[in-house]
Amino acid sequence: MKYIALIYSNEKTDPKPGSDEFIKMIGEYRSATDKFIEDGVLVAGDPLESVNTSTTLRGRGGNLETTDGPFAETKEQLGGYYIFECDNLDDALKYAAMIPSVKHGSIEVRPIMTIVE
Amino acid sequence: MVSSTSTSAINFEIAIQKIMREDWGYLLSSLLVIYNDINLVEDVLQDAVEMALIKWRKDGLPKSTTGWIFTVAKRKAIDRLRRDQNFKSKHKDLIIEIETEEDTKEYEYAIPDERLRLIFTCCHPALDHKISVALTLQLLGGLSTDEIARAFLVKKETMAQRLVRGKRKIKQTAIPYIIPERDVFHERLSAVLSVIYLIFNEGYSASSGKDHIRADLSNEAIRLARILNELCPYEPEIMALLALTLLHDSRRKSRFTSDGAFVSLEDQNRTLWDQPKIKEGCSLIERALKTEKTGPYQIQAAISAVHSQSKSYASTDWQQIVLLYDELLKLMPTSVVKLNRVVAASNLLTIDETINAIDQLESEFKSYQPFYAAKAEFYLRAGNNDIAKRAYQKAIKLSGNEREKEFLSKKLKAI
Repeated sequence: MKYIALIYSNEKTDPKPGSDEFIKMIGEYRSATDKFIEDGVLVAGDPLESVNTSTTLRGRGGNLETTDGPFAETKEQLGGYYIFECDNLDDALKYAAMIPSVKHGSIEVRPIMTIVE
Repeated sequence: MVSSTSTSAINFEIAIQKIMREDWGYLLSSLLVIYNDINLVEDVLQDAVEMALIKWRKDGLPKSTTGWIFTVAKRKAIDRLRRDQNFKSKHKDLIIEIETEEDTKEYEYAIPDERLRLIFTCCHPALDHKISVALTLQLLGGLSTDEIARAFLVKKETMAQRLVRGKRKIKQTAIPYIIPERDVFHERLSAVLSVIYLIFNEGYSASSGKDHIRADLSNEAIRLARILNELCPYEPEIMALLALTLLHDSRRKSRFTSDGAFVSLEDQNRTLWDQPKIKEGCSLIERALKTEKTGPYQIQAAISAVHSQSKSYASTDWQQIVLLYDELLKLMPTSVVKLNRVVAASNLLTIDETINAIDQLESEFKSYQPFYAAKAEFYLRAGNNDIAKRAYQKAIKLSGNEREKEFLSKKLKAI
Protein backbone atom coordinates (compact mmCIF):
# COMPACT_ATOMS: atom_id res chain seq x y z
CA MET A 1 0.00 0.00 0.00
CA LYS A 2 1.29 3.46 -0.87
CA TYR A 3 1.32 6.33 1.58
CA ILE A 4 2.26 9.93 0.98
CA ALA A 5 3.99 11.87 3.72
CA LEU A 6 3.40 15.60 3.16
CA ILE A 7 5.94 17.78 4.88
CA TYR A 8 4.70 21.09 6.25
CA SER A 9 6.84 23.68 7.94
CA ASN A 10 7.11 27.42 8.38
CA GLU A 11 9.40 28.74 5.67
CA LYS A 12 10.11 31.85 7.69
CA THR A 13 11.52 29.95 10.62
CA ASP A 14 13.04 27.03 8.70
CA PRO A 15 16.85 26.77 8.74
CA LYS A 16 18.23 29.24 6.17
CA PRO A 17 20.29 27.87 3.23
CA GLY A 18 23.99 28.18 3.98
CA SER A 19 23.55 28.18 7.75
CA ASP A 20 25.10 25.43 9.89
CA GLU A 21 21.62 24.36 10.88
CA PHE A 22 20.64 24.00 7.24
CA ILE A 23 23.70 21.90 6.45
CA LYS A 24 22.89 19.70 9.43
CA MET A 25 19.30 19.31 8.25
CA ILE A 26 20.41 18.33 4.74
CA GLY A 27 22.64 15.68 6.29
CA GLU A 28 19.72 14.35 8.30
CA TYR A 29 17.52 14.25 5.20
CA ARG A 30 20.22 12.36 3.35
CA SER A 31 20.55 9.68 6.01
CA ALA A 32 16.76 9.39 6.39
CA THR A 33 16.42 8.91 2.63
CA ASP A 34 19.21 6.31 2.68
CA LYS A 35 17.34 4.43 5.39
CA PHE A 36 14.11 4.51 3.33
CA ILE A 37 15.99 3.10 0.30
CA GLU A 38 17.79 0.49 2.40
CA ASP A 39 14.49 -0.75 3.87
CA GLY A 40 12.92 -0.83 0.42
CA VAL A 41 10.04 1.50 1.23
CA LEU A 42 10.95 4.56 -0.82
CA VAL A 43 8.81 5.12 -3.93
CA ALA A 44 9.56 8.82 -4.40
CA GLY A 45 10.47 11.87 -2.44
CA ASP A 46 11.43 15.45 -3.24
CA PRO A 47 11.66 18.86 -1.69
CA LEU A 48 9.63 21.65 -3.28
CA GLU A 49 10.77 25.15 -4.20
CA SER A 50 9.59 27.92 -1.91
CA VAL A 51 5.87 28.71 -1.71
CA ASN A 52 6.74 32.02 -3.43
CA THR A 53 7.14 30.05 -6.65
CA SER A 54 3.59 28.67 -6.50
CA THR A 55 0.96 29.41 -9.09
CA THR A 56 -2.67 28.56 -8.49
CA LEU A 57 -5.22 27.79 -11.18
CA ARG A 58 -8.99 27.93 -10.81
CA GLY A 59 -11.36 27.12 -13.64
CA ARG A 60 -14.82 28.55 -13.02
CA GLY A 61 -17.61 29.03 -15.52
CA GLY A 62 -15.34 28.38 -18.45
CA ASN A 63 -12.77 30.93 -17.35
CA LEU A 64 -9.35 29.92 -16.22
CA GLU A 65 -8.01 32.11 -13.48
CA THR A 66 -4.29 32.08 -12.88
CA THR A 67 -2.97 33.65 -9.70
CA ASP A 68 0.32 34.05 -7.96
CA GLY A 69 0.52 32.17 -4.71
CA PRO A 70 -0.91 30.88 -2.41
CA PHE A 71 0.67 33.51 -0.24
CA ALA A 72 2.00 32.32 3.04
CA GLU A 73 -1.07 33.18 5.08
CA THR A 74 -1.02 29.89 6.90
CA LYS A 75 1.70 29.22 9.43
CA GLU A 76 3.02 26.11 7.70
CA GLN A 77 3.54 25.50 4.01
CA LEU A 78 3.91 22.33 2.00
CA GLY A 79 7.66 21.97 1.54
CA GLY A 80 8.16 18.46 0.24
CA TYR A 81 6.92 14.91 0.24
CA TYR A 82 7.84 11.27 0.36
CA ILE A 83 5.88 8.34 -1.00
CA PHE A 84 6.35 5.08 0.89
CA GLU A 85 5.33 1.56 0.05
CA CYS A 86 4.35 -0.04 3.36
CA ASP A 87 2.18 -2.89 4.61
CA ASN A 88 0.20 -0.83 7.07
CA LEU A 89 -0.23 2.55 8.74
CA ASP A 90 2.06 1.70 11.65
CA ASP A 91 4.97 1.12 9.28
CA ALA A 92 4.17 4.26 7.29
CA LEU A 93 4.04 6.31 10.51
CA LYS A 94 7.32 4.79 11.68
CA TYR A 95 9.10 5.98 8.52
CA ALA A 96 7.32 9.33 8.43
CA ALA A 97 8.51 9.96 11.98
CA MET A 98 12.10 9.72 10.68
CA ILE A 99 11.62 12.75 8.40
CA PRO A 100 13.79 15.47 9.97
CA SER A 101 11.16 18.23 9.60
CA VAL A 102 8.95 16.42 12.12
CA LYS A 103 11.00 18.23 14.77
CA HIS A 104 10.04 21.77 13.69
CA GLY A 105 7.11 21.28 11.32
CA SER A 106 4.49 18.61 10.86
CA ILE A 107 4.07 15.56 8.65
CA GLU A 108 0.70 14.54 7.28
CA VAL A 109 0.46 10.87 6.34
CA ARG A 110 -2.25 9.71 3.96
CA PRO A 111 -2.85 6.56 2.00
CA ILE A 112 -2.76 6.97 -1.76
CA MET A 113 -5.99 5.75 -3.30
CA THR A 114 -5.76 2.70 -5.50
CA ILE A 115 -7.89 3.04 -8.61
CA VAL A 116 -9.35 -0.32 -9.52
CA GLU A 117 -9.76 -0.60 -13.30
CA MET B 1 -32.94 -32.77 28.14
CA VAL B 2 -35.58 -32.65 30.87
CA SER B 3 -36.54 -29.10 31.65
CA SER B 4 -39.67 -27.09 31.76
CA THR B 5 -40.39 -24.70 28.92
CA SER B 6 -39.87 -21.65 31.09
CA THR B 7 -36.38 -22.66 32.27
CA SER B 8 -35.24 -23.40 28.75
CA ALA B 9 -36.68 -20.07 27.65
CA ILE B 10 -34.67 -18.36 30.37
CA ASN B 11 -31.55 -20.32 29.44
CA PHE B 12 -32.10 -19.31 25.86
CA GLU B 13 -32.37 -15.63 26.77
CA ILE B 14 -29.24 -15.86 28.93
CA ALA B 15 -27.29 -17.62 26.18
CA ILE B 16 -28.20 -14.98 23.59
CA GLN B 17 -27.41 -12.17 26.04
CA LYS B 18 -24.05 -13.75 26.79
CA ILE B 19 -23.16 -13.95 23.10
CA MET B 20 -24.28 -10.39 22.42
CA ARG B 21 -22.43 -8.82 25.34
CA GLU B 22 -19.79 -10.97 27.02
CA ASP B 23 -18.60 -12.99 24.05
CA TRP B 24 -19.07 -10.39 21.34
CA GLY B 25 -15.58 -8.87 21.50
CA TYR B 26 -14.00 -12.29 21.84
CA LEU B 27 -15.80 -13.72 18.79
CA LEU B 28 -15.28 -10.59 16.74
CA SER B 29 -11.58 -10.37 17.56
CA SER B 30 -11.05 -13.98 16.58
CA LEU B 31 -12.96 -13.72 13.29
CA LEU B 32 -11.10 -10.54 12.46
CA VAL B 33 -7.81 -12.43 12.39
CA ILE B 34 -9.20 -14.60 9.58
CA TYR B 35 -11.09 -12.03 7.53
CA ASN B 36 -9.45 -8.71 8.44
CA ASP B 37 -12.59 -6.74 7.62
CA ILE B 38 -14.57 -5.23 10.49
CA ASN B 39 -17.79 -4.64 8.55
CA LEU B 40 -17.84 -8.15 7.16
CA VAL B 41 -17.17 -9.71 10.55
CA GLU B 42 -19.82 -7.60 12.29
CA ASP B 43 -22.37 -8.52 9.64
CA VAL B 44 -21.73 -12.25 9.75
CA LEU B 45 -21.76 -12.28 13.55
CA GLN B 46 -25.10 -10.51 13.49
CA ASP B 47 -26.38 -13.03 10.96
CA ALA B 48 -25.18 -15.92 13.10
CA VAL B 49 -26.99 -14.52 16.14
CA GLU B 50 -30.18 -14.13 14.12
CA MET B 51 -29.87 -17.74 13.02
CA ALA B 52 -29.28 -18.79 16.64
CA LEU B 53 -32.49 -17.03 17.66
CA ILE B 54 -34.43 -19.34 15.37
CA LYS B 55 -32.41 -22.54 15.72
CA TRP B 56 -31.76 -22.53 19.45
CA ARG B 57 -35.35 -21.72 20.29
CA LYS B 58 -36.47 -24.67 18.22
CA ASP B 59 -33.77 -27.27 18.90
CA GLY B 60 -32.42 -26.17 22.28
CA LEU B 61 -28.95 -24.87 23.05
CA PRO B 62 -25.90 -26.42 21.36
CA LYS B 63 -23.07 -27.83 23.46
CA SER B 64 -20.91 -24.79 22.92
CA THR B 65 -22.87 -21.66 22.12
CA THR B 66 -19.80 -19.60 21.27
CA GLY B 67 -18.42 -22.42 19.12
CA TRP B 68 -21.73 -22.65 17.27
CA ILE B 69 -21.81 -18.91 16.58
CA PHE B 70 -18.17 -18.93 15.53
CA THR B 71 -18.70 -21.74 13.03
CA VAL B 72 -21.89 -20.30 11.60
CA ALA B 73 -20.31 -16.85 11.30
CA LYS B 74 -17.39 -18.34 9.40
CA ARG B 75 -19.76 -20.14 7.05
CA LYS B 76 -21.65 -16.90 6.45
CA ALA B 77 -18.38 -15.13 5.76
CA ILE B 78 -17.43 -17.69 3.15
CA ASP B 79 -20.86 -17.28 1.50
CA ARG B 80 -20.35 -13.56 1.33
CA LEU B 81 -16.85 -13.81 -0.01
CA ARG B 82 -18.04 -16.29 -2.65
CA ARG B 83 -20.52 -13.75 -3.85
CA ASP B 84 -17.68 -11.30 -4.22
CA GLN B 85 -16.65 -11.17 -7.89
CA ASN B 86 -12.97 -11.07 -7.15
CA PHE B 87 -13.15 -13.84 -4.66
CA LYS B 88 -11.61 -16.69 -6.65
CA SER B 89 -8.40 -14.94 -7.45
CA LYS B 90 -7.95 -13.27 -4.06
CA HIS B 91 -8.97 -15.84 -1.47
CA LYS B 92 -8.48 -19.23 -3.03
CA ASP B 93 -6.24 -20.56 -0.26
CA LEU B 94 -8.51 -19.33 2.47
CA ILE B 95 -11.59 -21.19 1.28
CA ILE B 96 -9.89 -24.57 1.09
CA GLU B 97 -8.58 -24.27 4.61
CA ILE B 98 -11.92 -23.32 6.07
CA GLU B 99 -13.93 -25.93 4.20
CA THR B 100 -11.92 -28.74 5.70
CA GLU B 101 -12.36 -27.26 9.16
CA GLU B 102 -16.05 -27.07 8.57
CA ASP B 103 -16.33 -30.81 8.10
CA THR B 104 -16.06 -31.26 11.82
CA LYS B 105 -19.58 -31.51 13.13
CA GLU B 106 -18.59 -30.69 16.66
CA TYR B 107 -18.79 -27.02 17.56
CA GLU B 108 -16.23 -27.24 20.34
CA TYR B 109 -13.51 -25.09 18.87
CA ALA B 110 -10.70 -23.58 20.78
CA ILE B 111 -11.38 -20.07 19.57
CA PRO B 112 -8.26 -17.95 20.01
CA ASP B 113 -8.76 -14.84 22.12
CA GLU B 114 -7.56 -11.90 20.05
CA ARG B 115 -9.18 -9.11 22.05
CA LEU B 116 -5.85 -7.51 22.86
CA ARG B 117 -5.22 -6.86 19.17
CA LEU B 118 -8.73 -5.52 18.84
CA ILE B 119 -8.37 -3.04 21.69
CA PHE B 120 -5.09 -1.72 20.32
CA THR B 121 -6.70 -1.22 16.91
CA CYS B 122 -9.74 0.55 18.37
CA CYS B 123 -7.49 2.83 20.44
CA HIS B 124 -4.94 3.55 17.71
CA PRO B 125 -3.59 7.10 18.09
CA ALA B 126 -4.45 7.81 14.43
CA LEU B 127 -8.11 7.71 15.50
CA ASP B 128 -9.82 10.56 17.31
CA HIS B 129 -10.45 9.86 21.00
CA LYS B 130 -14.22 10.05 20.61
CA ILE B 131 -14.04 7.52 17.80
CA SER B 132 -11.84 5.19 19.84
CA VAL B 133 -14.29 5.32 22.73
CA ALA B 134 -17.22 4.45 20.47
CA LEU B 135 -15.34 1.69 18.63
CA THR B 136 -14.11 0.11 21.86
CA LEU B 137 -17.61 0.07 23.36
CA GLN B 138 -19.13 -1.40 20.23
CA LEU B 139 -16.56 -3.87 18.96
CA LEU B 140 -15.17 -5.02 22.28
CA GLY B 141 -18.03 -4.27 24.64
CA GLY B 142 -20.84 -5.39 22.36
CA LEU B 143 -22.90 -2.25 22.95
CA SER B 144 -25.30 -1.22 20.21
CA THR B 145 -24.99 2.11 18.41
CA ASP B 146 -28.18 3.22 20.12
CA GLU B 147 -26.86 2.37 23.59
CA ILE B 148 -23.58 4.20 23.00
CA ALA B 149 -25.43 7.24 21.60
CA ARG B 150 -27.71 7.41 24.66
CA ALA B 151 -24.77 7.01 27.03
CA PHE B 152 -22.95 9.92 25.40
CA LEU B 153 -26.07 12.04 24.96
CA VAL B 154 -25.72 12.33 21.20
CA LYS B 155 -28.15 11.47 18.42
CA LYS B 156 -28.10 7.91 17.15
CA GLU B 157 -27.21 9.17 13.65
CA THR B 158 -24.25 11.13 15.02
CA MET B 159 -22.91 8.08 16.81
CA ALA B 160 -23.54 5.86 13.79
CA GLN B 161 -21.59 8.30 11.65
CA ARG B 162 -18.74 8.39 14.16
CA LEU B 163 -18.51 4.61 14.11
CA VAL B 164 -18.65 4.43 10.33
CA ARG B 165 -15.91 7.03 10.08
CA GLY B 166 -13.70 5.07 12.47
CA LYS B 167 -14.16 1.76 10.69
CA ARG B 168 -13.57 3.41 7.35
CA LYS B 169 -10.35 4.98 8.56
CA ILE B 170 -9.09 1.66 9.91
CA LYS B 171 -9.76 0.05 6.54
CA GLN B 172 -8.60 2.84 4.23
CA THR B 173 -5.39 3.63 6.07
CA ALA B 174 -4.68 -0.04 6.89
CA ILE B 175 -4.36 0.38 10.63
CA PRO B 176 -2.88 -3.00 11.45
CA TYR B 177 -4.62 -5.57 13.58
CA ILE B 178 -1.65 -6.34 15.80
CA ILE B 179 -0.29 -5.96 19.30
CA PRO B 180 2.24 -3.13 19.02
CA GLU B 181 5.90 -4.01 19.13
CA ARG B 182 7.95 -3.63 22.27
CA ASP B 183 9.46 -0.23 21.39
CA VAL B 184 6.07 1.46 21.08
CA PHE B 185 4.05 -0.83 23.35
CA HIS B 186 3.88 1.40 26.41
CA GLU B 187 3.11 4.51 24.43
CA ARG B 188 0.27 2.71 22.69
CA LEU B 189 -0.90 1.13 25.93
CA SER B 190 -1.29 4.55 27.49
CA ALA B 191 -3.67 5.47 24.64
CA VAL B 192 -5.73 2.36 25.45
CA LEU B 193 -5.78 3.18 29.16
CA SER B 194 -6.87 6.75 28.54
CA VAL B 195 -9.77 5.55 26.37
CA ILE B 196 -10.96 3.19 29.12
CA TYR B 197 -10.58 5.90 31.75
CA LEU B 198 -12.53 8.31 29.58
CA ILE B 199 -15.38 5.80 29.36
CA PHE B 200 -15.26 5.38 33.13
CA ASN B 201 -15.38 9.11 33.84
CA GLU B 202 -18.23 9.65 31.42
CA GLY B 203 -20.25 7.21 33.49
CA TYR B 204 -18.94 8.41 36.83
CA SER B 205 -19.95 12.00 36.23
CA ALA B 206 -23.55 10.85 35.82
CA SER B 207 -25.53 9.97 38.93
CA SER B 208 -26.70 6.42 39.51
CA GLY B 209 -30.40 7.29 39.50
CA LYS B 210 -31.94 8.80 36.40
CA ASP B 211 -28.94 8.53 34.13
CA HIS B 212 -28.39 4.86 34.67
CA ILE B 213 -27.45 4.22 31.03
CA ARG B 214 -24.64 6.67 31.47
CA ALA B 215 -23.72 5.29 34.87
CA ASP B 216 -23.45 1.82 33.33
CA LEU B 217 -20.50 3.13 31.37
CA SER B 218 -18.45 2.96 34.56
CA ASN B 219 -19.22 -0.72 34.93
CA GLU B 220 -18.38 -1.23 31.28
CA ALA B 221 -15.03 0.53 31.76
CA ILE B 222 -14.27 -1.64 34.78
CA ARG B 223 -15.12 -4.71 32.73
CA LEU B 224 -12.80 -3.55 29.93
CA ALA B 225 -10.00 -2.83 32.42
CA ARG B 226 -10.52 -6.32 33.85
CA ILE B 227 -10.32 -7.91 30.42
CA LEU B 228 -7.16 -5.94 29.66
CA ASN B 229 -5.65 -7.00 32.97
CA GLU B 230 -6.37 -10.65 32.17
CA LEU B 231 -4.96 -10.43 28.65
CA CYS B 232 -1.89 -8.52 29.68
CA PRO B 233 -1.09 -9.50 33.28
CA TYR B 234 1.52 -7.87 35.52
CA GLU B 235 1.41 -4.56 33.64
CA PRO B 236 1.43 -2.15 36.60
CA GLU B 237 -0.42 0.66 34.83
CA ILE B 238 -3.23 -1.70 33.80
CA MET B 239 -3.55 -3.03 37.36
CA ALA B 240 -3.55 0.57 38.55
CA LEU B 241 -6.28 1.64 36.13
CA LEU B 242 -8.44 -1.24 37.30
CA ALA B 243 -7.69 -0.28 40.91
CA LEU B 244 -8.43 3.40 40.26
CA THR B 245 -11.78 2.71 38.61
CA LEU B 246 -12.79 0.27 41.37
CA LEU B 247 -11.82 2.69 44.13
CA HIS B 248 -13.67 5.61 42.54
CA ASP B 249 -16.65 3.41 41.87
CA SER B 250 -16.75 2.20 45.49
CA ARG B 251 -18.01 5.67 46.43
CA ARG B 252 -20.79 5.74 43.86
CA LYS B 253 -23.67 5.36 46.35
CA SER B 254 -22.46 8.15 48.61
CA ARG B 255 -21.79 10.70 45.87
CA PHE B 256 -25.42 11.68 45.41
CA THR B 257 -28.30 12.05 47.83
CA SER B 258 -31.49 10.10 47.20
CA ASP B 259 -32.92 13.10 45.34
CA GLY B 260 -29.84 13.29 43.14
CA ALA B 261 -27.90 16.15 44.75
CA PHE B 262 -24.12 15.92 44.60
CA VAL B 263 -22.23 15.20 47.85
CA SER B 264 -18.56 16.19 48.18
CA LEU B 265 -15.95 13.75 49.50
CA GLU B 266 -15.86 15.63 52.81
CA ASP B 267 -19.58 15.10 53.45
CA GLN B 268 -19.96 11.59 52.10
CA ASN B 269 -21.37 8.84 54.33
CA ARG B 270 -18.41 6.50 54.35
CA THR B 271 -20.43 3.54 55.58
CA LEU B 272 -22.01 3.48 52.12
CA TRP B 273 -18.66 2.84 50.45
CA ASP B 274 -18.44 -0.53 48.74
CA GLN B 275 -15.87 -2.45 50.82
CA PRO B 276 -15.28 -5.41 48.45
CA LYS B 277 -14.41 -2.94 45.67
CA ILE B 278 -12.09 -1.06 48.02
CA LYS B 279 -10.43 -4.29 49.08
CA GLU B 280 -9.87 -5.39 45.49
CA GLY B 281 -8.67 -1.94 44.44
CA CYS B 282 -6.22 -1.66 47.32
CA SER B 283 -4.73 -5.09 46.78
CA LEU B 284 -4.31 -4.38 43.05
CA ILE B 285 -2.54 -1.08 43.66
CA GLU B 286 -0.28 -2.65 46.27
CA ARG B 287 0.78 -5.28 43.77
CA ALA B 288 1.25 -2.69 41.04
CA LEU B 289 3.45 -0.48 43.22
CA LYS B 290 5.71 -3.43 44.02
CA THR B 291 6.85 -3.54 40.38
CA GLU B 292 8.70 -0.25 40.93
CA LYS B 293 7.75 1.03 37.48
CA THR B 294 5.69 4.05 38.49
CA GLY B 295 3.14 5.62 36.22
CA PRO B 296 0.35 8.18 36.48
CA TYR B 297 -2.41 5.64 37.06
CA GLN B 298 -0.52 4.04 39.94
CA ILE B 299 -0.14 7.36 41.72
CA GLN B 300 -3.75 8.34 41.14
CA ALA B 301 -4.91 4.95 42.40
CA ALA B 302 -2.64 5.28 45.44
CA ILE B 303 -4.22 8.67 46.24
CA SER B 304 -7.66 7.16 45.89
CA ALA B 305 -6.62 4.23 48.12
CA VAL B 306 -5.53 6.61 50.89
CA HIS B 307 -9.01 8.19 50.82
CA SER B 308 -10.67 4.78 50.73
CA GLN B 309 -8.84 3.63 53.85
CA SER B 310 -9.47 6.81 55.86
CA LYS B 311 -12.13 6.64 58.54
CA SER B 312 -13.09 10.27 58.00
CA TYR B 313 -12.15 13.31 55.93
CA ALA B 314 -10.46 14.92 58.94
CA SER B 315 -8.35 11.88 59.78
CA THR B 316 -7.09 11.50 56.19
CA ASP B 317 -3.31 11.31 55.82
CA TRP B 318 -3.03 14.57 53.88
CA GLN B 319 0.74 14.59 54.18
CA GLN B 320 0.91 11.40 52.17
CA ILE B 321 -1.64 12.62 49.65
CA VAL B 322 0.32 15.81 49.04
CA LEU B 323 3.50 13.79 48.56
CA LEU B 324 1.71 11.59 46.05
CA TYR B 325 0.50 14.68 44.17
CA ASP B 326 4.10 15.92 44.05
CA GLU B 327 5.05 12.62 42.40
CA LEU B 328 2.11 12.89 40.01
CA LEU B 329 3.15 16.43 39.04
CA LYS B 330 6.51 15.09 37.90
CA LEU B 331 4.74 12.77 35.44
CA MET B 332 1.72 14.94 34.61
CA PRO B 333 2.52 18.61 35.16
CA THR B 334 -1.00 19.74 34.26
CA SER B 335 -3.06 22.55 35.71
CA VAL B 336 -5.68 20.12 36.98
CA VAL B 337 -3.12 18.13 38.97
CA LYS B 338 -1.76 21.41 40.41
CA LEU B 339 -5.27 22.39 41.49
CA ASN B 340 -5.89 19.02 43.14
CA ARG B 341 -2.60 19.33 44.97
CA VAL B 342 -3.55 22.74 46.36
CA VAL B 343 -6.96 21.44 47.46
CA ALA B 344 -5.30 18.50 49.26
CA ALA B 345 -2.60 20.71 50.75
CA SER B 346 -5.21 23.16 52.07
CA ASN B 347 -5.88 20.63 54.82
CA LEU B 348 -2.33 21.20 56.06
CA LEU B 349 -1.95 24.94 55.32
CA THR B 350 -3.36 28.06 56.96
CA ILE B 351 -6.22 29.68 55.06
CA ASP B 352 -3.97 32.58 54.01
CA GLU B 353 -1.41 30.20 52.58
CA THR B 354 -4.15 28.35 50.71
CA ILE B 355 -5.63 31.55 49.27
CA ASN B 356 -2.17 32.55 48.16
CA ALA B 357 -1.61 29.18 46.43
CA ILE B 358 -5.00 29.22 44.68
CA ASP B 359 -4.56 32.80 43.45
CA GLN B 360 -1.25 31.85 41.90
CA LEU B 361 -3.04 29.27 39.77
CA GLU B 362 -5.84 31.51 38.49
CA SER B 363 -4.12 32.50 35.25
CA GLU B 364 -4.03 28.81 34.21
CA PHE B 365 -7.79 28.39 34.56
CA LYS B 366 -9.95 30.51 32.31
CA SER B 367 -12.92 28.20 32.07
CA TYR B 368 -12.50 25.29 34.44
CA GLN B 369 -15.47 24.92 36.77
CA PRO B 370 -13.73 22.99 39.60
CA PHE B 371 -11.17 25.77 39.95
CA TYR B 372 -13.83 28.40 40.66
CA ALA B 373 -15.72 26.06 42.98
CA ALA B 374 -12.53 25.51 44.97
CA LYS B 375 -11.68 29.21 44.95
CA ALA B 376 -15.16 30.08 46.24
CA GLU B 377 -14.84 27.54 49.03
CA PHE B 378 -11.51 28.90 50.21
CA TYR B 379 -12.55 32.57 50.08
CA LEU B 380 -15.69 31.70 51.98
CA ARG B 381 -13.57 30.06 54.64
CA ALA B 382 -11.37 33.15 54.76
CA GLY B 383 -14.48 35.28 55.34
CA ASN B 384 -14.27 37.11 52.01
CA ASN B 385 -17.86 36.57 50.90
CA ASP B 386 -17.81 38.93 47.91
CA ILE B 387 -15.03 37.11 46.11
CA ALA B 388 -16.57 33.76 47.13
CA LYS B 389 -19.94 34.77 45.62
CA ARG B 390 -18.37 35.85 42.35
CA ALA B 391 -16.37 32.63 42.14
CA TYR B 392 -19.51 30.53 42.73
CA GLN B 393 -21.35 32.48 40.03
CA LYS B 394 -18.54 31.82 37.61
CA ALA B 395 -18.45 28.11 38.54
CA ILE B 396 -22.22 27.80 37.98
CA LYS B 397 -21.89 29.47 34.60
CA LEU B 398 -19.10 27.09 33.59
CA SER B 399 -20.78 23.91 34.77
CA GLY B 400 -22.40 21.73 32.11
CA ASN B 401 -24.09 19.42 34.58
CA GLU B 402 -27.51 20.22 36.10
CA ARG B 403 -26.81 18.49 39.41
CA GLU B 404 -23.53 20.27 39.80
CA LYS B 405 -25.25 23.59 39.07
CA GLU B 406 -27.81 22.85 41.78
CA PHE B 407 -25.07 21.91 44.22
CA LEU B 408 -23.19 25.14 43.57
CA SER B 409 -26.33 27.28 43.61
CA LYS B 410 -27.23 25.91 47.03
CA LYS B 411 -23.79 26.88 48.31
CA LEU B 412 -24.13 30.35 46.80
CA LYS B 413 -27.52 30.91 48.41
CA ALA B 414 -26.17 29.86 51.79
CA ILE B 415 -23.70 32.75 51.86
